[in-house]
This record gives sequence, C-alpha cells and structure tokens, in this order.
Amino acid sequence: MATRAPATARVRRRGSTRGGETAAGWLFVAPALVIVGVFLIAPILLALFVSFTDWNGRNSPLFNDRVDVVGLENYQAITTDDRLTRDLFGRALRNNLFYVLLVVPLQTALSLFLAVQVNRRLLKAKGFFRTAFYFPSVTSSIAITGVFLFLFQASGAVNAVLAWLQVDGPNWMADPRGVVHVLVGALGGGQPGGWGEPGFLGQSAWEWAAGPSVAQLVLIVMAVFTTSGTFMLLFLAGLQSVGAEIGEAAIMDGASPRQAFFGVTLPMLRPVLFTVLTLGLIGTWQVFDQVYLTRGTPAAATLTSPAYMAYDQAFTENEPGIAAAIAFVLFLIIIAFSLLQRFVLRDRDEPAKPFWRRRPRTIASADGGVAQGTARLRAGPTQKGVGG
Amino acid sequence: MTHRRRQGRALQIASIAGIGALALAGCSGGGSGGGGDEPLQVLIGTSGDAETNAVQAAVDAWTEESGVAVEVVVASDLGQELAQGFAGDIPPDLFYMSWDQFQTYAADDYLEPYAAGLDNAGDFYPALADTFSYDGELVCDPKDFSTLGLVINTDLWAAAGLTDADIPTDWDSLATVAQTLTTGDTVGLSMGAEYARVGVFMEQAGGGLMDGDEVTADSPENVEALTYLQGLLSAGSLAWPADLGAGWGGEAFGNQQAAMVIEGPWIAGALENDFPDVSYQIAELPAGPGGQGTYTFSNCWGIPEGADTADDAASLVEFLTSDEQQLAFADAFGVIPSTETAAATYAETYPENAAFVAGADYAVSPVAFPGASEVVGEFNTVVPTLATADPQAILTTLQGQLEDAYSEVE
Repeated sequence: MATRAPATARVRRRGSTRGGETAAGWLFVAPALVIVGVFLIAPILLALFVSFTDWNGRNSPLFNDRVDVVGLENYQAITTDDRLTRDLFGRALRNNLFYVLLVVPLQTALSLFLAVQVNRRLLKAKGFFRTAFYFPSVTSSIAITGVFLFLFQASGAVNAVLAWLQVDGPNWMADPRGVVHVLVGALGGGQPGGWGEPGFLGQSAWEWAAGPSVAQLVLIVMAVFTTSGTFMLLFLAGLQSVGAEIGEAAIMDGASPRQAFFGVTLPMLRPVLFTVLTLGLIGTWQVFDQVYLTRGTPAAATLTSPAYMAYDQAFTENEPGIAAAIAFVLFLIIIAFSLLQRFVLRDRDEPAKPFWRRRPRTIASADGGVAQGTARLRAGPTQKGVGG
Repeated sequence: MTHRRRQGRALQIASIAGIGALALAGCSGGGSGGGGDEPLQVLIGTSGDAETNAVQAAVDAWTEESGVAVEVVVASDLGQELAQGFAGDIPPDLFYMSWDQFQTYAADDYLEPYAAGLDNAGDFYPALADTFSYDGELVCDPKDFSTLGLVINTDLWAAAGLTDADIPTDWDSLATVAQTLTTGDTVGLSMGAEYARVGVFMEQAGGGLMDGDEVTADSPENVEALTYLQGLLSAGSLAWPADLGAGWGGEAFGNQQAAMVIEGPWIAGALENDFPDVSYQIAELPAGPGGQGTYTFSNCWGIPEGADTADDAASLVEFLTSDEQQLAFADAFGVIPSTETAAATYAETYPENAAFVAGADYAVSPVAFPGASEVVGEFNTVVPTLATADPQAILTTLQGQLEDAYSEVE
C-alpha cells in the first residue's frame, strides 16, 4: 500500500489538467471512430447523395462533371412514374410484405416454443437438442437454399412424401400463384369486379390481396427453419435470467401452467421479445440471398424484394441512383415498422411518454419483478403452512 | 520483467506496422493501367477450366511475341465486378463484354471504340458487327458467337419412325413431328420460357420487337408467333422445362423428357458431362411465314474508355480474334469463331455443328438497348403463362413498356 501511494498521487496530479485527459480519450477512440466513419457513415452519406443524382456508375459520384443532381427524380421513378420500374418496385414491396408478415410471427413463435422446450428441467440430452435446433443458423444460407431447391423440385423429396399421403404436390418453385388466389379459386370464387385496375404502386387490389406465391412459401419455410435457432438462444437466455421460480410461484398461487406462462413468464420476456421482433423485422425486410439464388426460376417475379431490386438496378440496369433511392425507401420502411412494433409492445403500466424519452425495459430493470417473484416464492410455503 | 514488457511493446509496434503495410499494399494492388511495368489485366467470365486454360495459353503466346506481361483474372460475377471496377476508376484493361450489356455500357461512355481502326474490322459477321456497334461505329471486336438451333434426340426420332426427310423445315412440319414425338412422359418440343427462345418465332413470322427505331412488339406477326406457340402448348407437344421438372432446356433434353429442344452450341458440353448416352443431331430452326430466323449471342473484347493501356490491349485483341487463334478457342471449348472465314473452316471441321454456323447468315441479335433488359425480364415472367393467356394482351403490355424504355434512350 505504501509503495502505491506515490503512483496514485502522480495520476491525480496529471488528472488535474483535464485537457490532456480529453486528448488521450479521443486518441483511444480515434481508431474506432475512423473505422465507423470510413466504412459506415461515409458510405451512407454517399449513397444518400447518389440517390439524388443521375450518376451512371462510372468514376466517382463526387467532383464529376458528368454527374448532375436531379432532385427527387430517382424517388419518383419508383413511386409516382407510371412505368415498369415503379411496377417492379411495387411488386417487390408486395412480395416482401407477405414474407415479413408470415416469417416474423412464425419464427418468433417457433423459437419461443423451442426455447421453452429445451429449458425444461426434466429434458434429457439438453445439449443435443440445443445444438440440433441451432444448427441451421450456422449453416450458410446459400447452401440451405440450394438444398431446399432440390427438396422442393416437382419430383423432389417433399412431393414424394406428399405422394405417400395421397397428396399431389404442386411444382413448388415454378408456381407463381398467390395462395389466397389459390384458396379463392378452390372455393369456386374469382376476381371481384374492379379489382384488376392498377392501384397503389401499379399493383391492382387483386394482386395486393394475392398472398405469398406457392414458390415464396418455400422461402418462408426456409427462413423460419434457419433463423428460429438463433432467436431460440435469445429466448433461452431470457428464460434463464427470469428463472423458473416465478412460474412455480404463480402455480403455487393457483395459476394453471398455461396461465403461468402467458400471464407471468411471457410478460417478463418482453425485452427479449422486443429484441427478437426488431431483429426479425430488419432481417426479413432485407432478404436478399434466397432471392438472388432463385433469380431466373419461373416464379422469380413473385420472390423479388426491394433489397434484391436495388442490387439489380445498380449492377444490371446501371442505375445506381434508383438503387440508392430504393435502399433509402427500404430504410424508412424498416424504421416505420420498428416504431410500430415498439408502440404495440409498449409497457402499458408506464405513463405515456414520447417514444424517444422512453427506455426499453431491459432484463436488469425487470429485476424488480424477479425479486418480487422470489419474495412471493419464499412467502408461498409459509402462507400455505399458515393455511394448513 | 521490464525486459519482457519492452519486448512485448516492440512486437506490438512491429505488428501494427505490418498491418499498416498490408493495408497500403491492399489499396495499391487494385490499381491497374497506370504504371508501365504492371501487367495488363484481362477479366473474363469463364465457362470452365477449358476456357480459362485456352485464354491463358493464347495470352502467354502473345506475351512471348510482344513482351507485354498479361494477367488473366476469372470473374465469378462478371457484371458486378466490372461495375465495381468502373465505379472505382480501376476497370480491367481488357474484359468480356456481353451482348445484353453492351448498349448500356456504350451509351454511358464506358467503352473505347477501338475496333473500327483495326485491320480485321471488316471480317466479322454483319449481325455480330451490328450487335457491337454504337452510333453506327464498331466499338469492340466480337470474340465468338452462338446461334440457336433445333437439337433432336436421334434415338427418339428413329423410335417414332421418323427419318432425315422428316426434319422440319417450316412451322407446319415442326408441329407435326412435335406431335408425333409426344408420347407418355416425353413431349415433342421444349425450350426456355423466355424472350431469347420465344423471340425466334417472332423473327420467323417476319416480326420482332424492334424495326429500326420503331417499337413493333404488338405487330400482327408477333401475335401470330405467340398464337402458334400457344397452339403447340395446348396440343401438349410443347412444354416449358419447369413444367417437366427441369432447370433448362438441355436438362429436359438429357432426361429424355423432350425429344427436341431449341438451344445453342453450349448444349454439347452439358450433354457430354451429364448425359453422355444421349445421341443427338442439330438442325437449323424451321422457317416461319416470314422466312428463317434465329438469334446470335456473343461477347466482345471490351477496353475501358480512355485507358492508357488501350493500344496494348487492342493489339492483344487483334491477336485473339485472328482466325488461327479463334479456331484454337473453338477446338478448346466449342465456341464458333466470329469471322466469316474462320467460321467456314469451323463448319468443315465440326460438321455436326454446321447448322449453328448456317444460322449466322440470317441471325439477328436480340433487343438490347439500355433499359430493355428490365422490360425483357418482365416479358420472361409472362411467357410461362402463355398457354392460357391472350397473346394480343401480352404484346400490347410489352409494346407500352418497350416504348417507355426506348423513349428514355432517345
């Protein structure tokens, strides 16, 4: 202790000159700032600039005589111009919307279900199941897409299994029909009058109501299959930090297992649920790999996504401006959806505050609940003892 | 203790310096076309080892002659790697330029118009010279080409009691043999459900999507072509590969699900690899009411506009497109030479492919003006529904979209 004292004094003396400390601080964060700036902030700003120009992809978009700022033209090309590019964008948005609306709820429900199952105390070979469920997530999505394309061929394994069940499977990847259209058709219905007129973003009401195509169902099943393992891990971590005692306490209080899960455990998982839904929304709105790999298949038009269309516009059509505009519209959509689900998941106990001032509840802040639950758990037997 | 710590610090500094050096080297490595002693960079999209090795051998021979070092780089996604090169202002010195992207690149001033100045400018097939001309001037040398022909499974042909005299020469005889060959699990005819196959029937009907500067997608000839195909579809003698569970025409042909397909010379390699037991022969496509018609597909040797190395690159192109060299490529990976004299030699050497060469006389290039690929892509999504759709309605939509896209070019 005696030997350390002079050192402490020296540090204090140096600390009195705050300027030196600040400089040192900046020095230490500088590498991170430079990396984030060069590889993240600058490209985003450059892309934003490109979305307002007619740059043709040749040379730098900056300080280039051949590049003119064209204002909102690129945004008009994908939203208001009555042209093919706008219709393609509308279709890509529609396809992706069906994809999001199906994948996000399904993958969240499945991953929560799996997490609860592998979290059971009585389960044998927990390690095996956890690894098995997580395995699809560590495999490359390109490889899995390839395998799925084989499985869902007209004469593939899936249709062979369906044939055992006396079901005549569709030609999955070659079937562009929307499932809603198929169902309506099966019930003897058809397109209602006036639904064929071009509507929002060039797509008719009948097309907006088509539902995912049969081919897209394959991609949806695949996305749920590959991502639920990752989200299972998040839920598992959440379940373990909540602990089993609370559920048990609720059961002691007379709740059925189902009530204990939906009334006690699930609300305490809300922070994790928020994370899973946000990551799910972002991931599904940015779907690209599967679309890229299935381009050129007969139903490809029902599989496109805005992210893929941005790639196509930039590298096939030589329209980087339109590609950047698509990317920013996609960005706004993701923000809007994230805010919406944040609003839906908001803590109704808290007084209403503007969203930017409210902090999402973290596991740590949920700790009060854990403490209460534990207290009740301790109280439980005593009360019972008193009652008996 | 202090000694070890100092050593650690020295190691740290050394490793940081090393990483820095690597980063700098990485930045400078992409540059090309600048310094005199750097090799010419040739970016190719290859069909396989045979092509890569043949190009490498040809380039080595030229290096021996000229003393200029050349590096051959194989692209995994040629279009994307080219776009990246141009955006970073470090395009390769010489590259494969595909027919469908050529007009877009030429319109955006990406390409050095070197070809008109070379001695062999007049030797190429006119249809190919047309494909790679911009504003009436030949921009880059076509490196080879393919046309579409009628590929016939000779075993199924004989089994159906057909002889050489039955090889279809017009639409009626095509419909007849396709119907004869349709038995059980095998359809008579198949082809990719896309503009690049269906379009040849428009040409044979005397139509086509463009006539000079005019969009003619909804012409009566084109309606006739689609109506003819619709008739084959409803008769069951024509089916798309996807409906047969195949990825493309060649696969349906190899699986013997289709007795005839419309494909190009590339089918030979695919059949040899995957279906060596299938015997076949190639015939010219039958003539329609408007005469014969087929498509050519080709790549040219592109040189970036204003490159310092353009002269060296152009003389390399002259070497690569010489008759002798093109015949060596034909030998190595089955492409057809782009000059008329070399193609004639090729047809003699490989009589089984003579029908593809014969097609070059009346072949045209598919529509490829900037912005057309989006419209064609949209048309390709409609073709699979042709069996039940209204040809006139399809072509009216196509006409509108093509007109929009073409007015953008004007």
